Amino acid sequence: MINTVEPWVVLSFSAVIFCIGLVGLLIRRNILIVLMCIELMLNAVNLTYVTFSKMQGDMGGQMSVFFIITVAAAESAVGLGLVIALFRTLRTVDTDEIRLLKE
Amino acid sequence: MEISPVFFYLFAGMAIAFSLVTVLKKNPAASAFSLVMVFFAFAGIYALLDAHLIATLQILVYAGAIMVLFIFVIMLLSADVPSFDLGRSHVTLRGAAAGLGLVLLAVLVWVFKNSTPAAGSGLFTVDRVVAAGGNTQVISELMFSQYLWPFELTSVLLLTAIIGAVAIAKRRPAHAAQAATKGVRS
Repeated sequence: MINTVEPWVVLSFSAVIFCIGLVGLLIRRNILIVLMCIELMLNAVNLTYVTFSKMQGDMGGQMSVFFIITVAAAESAVGLGLVIALFRTLRTVDTDEIRLLKE
Repeated sequence: MEISPVFFYLFAGMAIAFSLVTVLKKNPAASAFSLVMVFFAFAGIYALLDAHLIATLQILVYAGAIMVLFIFVIMLLSADVPSFDLGRSHVTLRGAAAGLGLVLLAVLVWVFKNSTPAAGSGLFTVDRVVAAGGNTQVISELMFSQYLWPFELTSVLLLTAIIGAVAIAKRRPAHAAQAATKGVRS
């Protein structure tokens, strides 16, 4: 039994990373770090997919991870484009400063 | 699962420590570099789980392309100055966020511990994958047979993302930009 790790330990580890990403998403105001927290959460979900893929002997999980990585790359490219547009308009990366609708 | 506990706990501890650094550091550049370490730790865990192609893609795409993009934007915007946003968010909000995170974590761990389905007897066991030429070959064959349609759709998605990113980040004509800044100042 020394050479095994229970599947629920691996899944719980990915849950830990997901929750760290979620809490970071809620408490941070710097939009770059908010995007990084989204990447953390995507990675945690990928690890869950790979773990279930290994447990079930099914490659569908790893295929899903492949597509999620592609979508994450597209998402961060568009997200960082939005950050640049935001910085060009407001001269800040702070999400609290996005309040044009309030004024 | 038959994976080495020593390496798993090493990589897992590294990933948790560096993701905490990512969330809590004031300097976005420091956060970005700790996120690179998290991605490397994840790649190690994928390799332990016999997902060799995913481990390679993790390093190439995440630790390579995406993080270079992040660091490029941080340097472009000169945003590598400490941001004290963490102290500014309300104590109640921070407490509520941490509480929510802990509750979600407890629920997830409880679910994973008590109701994870037993290991299935799928088609792609480790021995069969090795016999068929390894992880990468099996995934490639699946990608161009069963998953061909989603794979082609991915290329459309990437094209859309490229056009969208350029259209969003493009410098606007002078009069439009002036109007926008006037709107901000008034």
